Amino acid sequence: MAEEVAQDTSPSQTTLEGPPEQREQSSGVIGVLLKLRPLLLRAINIFLKQREASIAVVAVVLVIYFQASNSVFLSKENIALLGQYVAPAAIIAAGEVMLLICGEIDLSVGNVFALAPFLMFRAFDGYGIPLTLSIILALLASAFIGLVNGIVTVYFEVPSLIATLGTFFVLSGLTLIISDAFPALTPAPGTTYADVMGHGTYSGILWAIGILIIMQVVLSRTRWGLHTVATGGNPLGASEVGVNVRRIKIGNFMLTSIFGGLAGILESFRITSIDPKAGGTDIMFAAVAGAVIGGTALQGGLGTVIGAFLGVLVTDILKDGFTILGVSAFDFDLILGTAILVAMILNVRLQKLREAGRQ
Amino acid sequence: MNERLSEEMLPAEDVLRVEGIAKRYGAVTALRDVHIHLERGEVLGLIGDNGAGKSTIIKILTGFLQPDDGRIFVNGQEVRLRSVQYARSLGIETVYQDLALVNELSVYHNMFLKRERLWKPLPFLNNRAMRKQAQEHLERLGIRIPSVDVEVSKLSGGQRQAIAMARAVSSDAKILLLDEPLAAMGAREGAQILDLIRSLKEKDVSIIMIGHNYAQVLEVCDRINLLQHGRITFDKRVAPTLLEEITEIVMREYRTSKVGSG
Repeated sequence: MAEEVAQDTSPSQTTLEGPPEQREQSSGVIGVLLKLRPLLLRAINIFLKQREASIAVVAVVLVIYFQASNSVFLSKENIALLGQYVAPAAIIAAGEVMLLICGEIDLSVGNVFALAPFLMFRAFDGYGIPLTLSIILALLASAFIGLVNGIVTVYFEVPSLIATLGTFFVLSGLTLIISDAFPALTPAPGTTYADVMGHGTYSGILWAIGILIIMQVVLSRTRWGLHTVATGGNPLGASEVGVNVRRIKIGNFMLTSIFGGLAGILESFRITSIDPKAGGTDIMFAAVAGAVIGGTALQGGLGTVIGAFLGVLVTDILKDGFTILGVSAFDFDLILGTAILVAMILNVRLQKLREAGRQ
Repeated sequence: MNERLSEEMLPAEDVLRVEGIAKRYGAVTALRDVHIHLERGEVLGLIGDNGAGKSTIIKILTGFLQPDDGRIFVNGQEVRLRSVQYARSLGIETVYQDLALVNELSVYHNMFLKRERLWKPLPFLNNRAMRKQAQEHLERLGIRIPSVDVEVSKLSGGQRQAIAMARAVSSDAKILLLDEPLAAMGAREGAQILDLIRSLKEKDVSIIMIGHNYAQVLEVCDRINLLQHGRITFDKRVAPTLLEEITEIVMREYRTSKVGSG
C-alpha cells in the first residue's frame, strides 16, 4: 500500500522515464544527462501539477516577450514601478481569493480601500490619536464592514454579489461625507514610518509578498483553509460534517475587507495623499480578475492565493509592457482585454494538458 | 424527555432502543408511537414509501430533530439527543444520502474534515499523519481506491459511498445510520457496498440502513422494519419468504390507497 502511494504521487513518472535498460547502457555526459532526465521530468511534473503552474508559464512568456522587445522592461526602475502597480491589487486579491474559494465575492472592497485611509486620517488629525493606533482603528473599521457584508450575506441570505454592491455605494457615500469630497495629506511624510507603511520603493510589494506567503499557508496548511475549500466545494456537506460554514464565510469577508483597508492605507502613504475617489471598481476588478485569471473558480472550491497573485501580476505585466512598447492610450484597453482573453484561453488549454498528464 | 439518565437496564445486546417516538410538523403527524430496537452487530433495514417517515427517524437519531414524545436509550441509558455533536459523542454516526464529501479535497482530507490532526502546538495540518491514518483505516476495512491523495471528484459513486462510510466509522462509531447507501449505484458497486456493510457488522458496528430496493436491503440485513404512515407495521427477521411477504403488504397498501383515493 505504501509503495502504491509513492507511485501515485507522480503517476506519469514511470511513463516518462523510458525503458530502464536504455539508461543502463548509456555512459559519459549523455549518461549523466539521461540519469538526470527522470529527476528533471519529475520536477517538471510536480510543477505542472500545481494549479498556478499554467499562469506562471504565461507570466514568464510575457516577461520574455517584453524584455526581448525592449530591454527597459527588466530594468531596476521598471521592476520597482511594476511592484508598485501590483501591490495594492495583489493584497486585496489575497483576501478576495479566499472569499471566492468559499463561494462568495466582495464588490465593496475597492471602497474600503478609499474609506480606510480617511478613517485613519480623521482619527489621527481630528482626534489626535497616535498614528499606529489610528491605522489599527481604521483596519478594525474595515473588519467591521466585512462583518456587515458577511452578516447580510449569511444571515439575511442576500447573495454577496448584491449585498456587497449595496455596501459599495454606502461606503462611497461615507467616504465622500467624511472627506467632504476633498483629498487630504497623508500623515508623517518623509519619515521611516511612512517608508515602511508604503512610501518606500519596495514597501508595497514586500507587504504584498508577506501577505501572499501567510495567506497561502493559511489556505493550504491550516484548518481555516481546509474549511474554506470545503465550504465552497460543498456547503451542505461541509455543514453536515460539522464545519461552521457561516463562520468561515463571515471570517473571509472580514479578511478581505481588512486587506482592502490595508492596501488603501499603504497606497495613501505611497502617494502621500488621500483621494476620496481612489480605488473603487478599478482596484476591485483588478483583484477579482487576478484571482480568476490565476485559476480560481467563481463557483467556489478551487483556487490558490499564489494563483491570484500571479493573475494580478500578469495583468500588470501586460499594462506595463504595453506602456513601454508605446501603445496608444486609446488602443490600450482594447489590447489589454484581448490579451486577457488570450492569456485565459492559454491558461485553460494548459490546464487541460495538465489534467490529461495526471491520468 | 429530560436530561435524567435512567438506571433502568435493558437487555445488554440492545445498543439502541427507541420507545414510543412521535413527531409532528404542525398539523402533519410524521411519526406516531414508533418502537425500534437495534442489537449489537445487527443490520436493521428500515424500509417504507417516500413520506412514510424514514428520514424523520434518521434525523431524530442523528440529533438533528427533537421528537415530540417518546424515549431513546443508547446502551441501556436513556438519552436526549439534543444535537448532532452530542449524538456523535455517543457513537452515533450518519452517512447522508448526499455523502457530505467535498469533491475538491483529497480522500484523506475528506476523512479528517472537522477532526483534523495538527502539528500541536502549531496550528498547521499534519497531513502526513492524516494520510497515513486514512490509508491504514481504509486498508482495515478492505476499501480499495487508487490513493488517499486523489481528489474525491475522481472516484466512482461506490468508492465515494465507501469513503463516506469509512469516515463515519473512523471515530469509534458504534451505531451507523445509512441513508439510502445503494441509491444510484450499479450492481457491481452496490455489491461492494454490501460487502463493506457486512465487514463493518463483523467489527461490531450496529447499523440501521434505509433503502427502497427491497431485494438489496434483504440481502444484507438481519431484520426488517417496515414503516407505513409514521408507524412500524412490520418487524421480522430476514427469511427466504420475506421478500414476497413484504411485496404482498406493500401491494395491498398500494391497492387500498388507490381505492381510497379513487
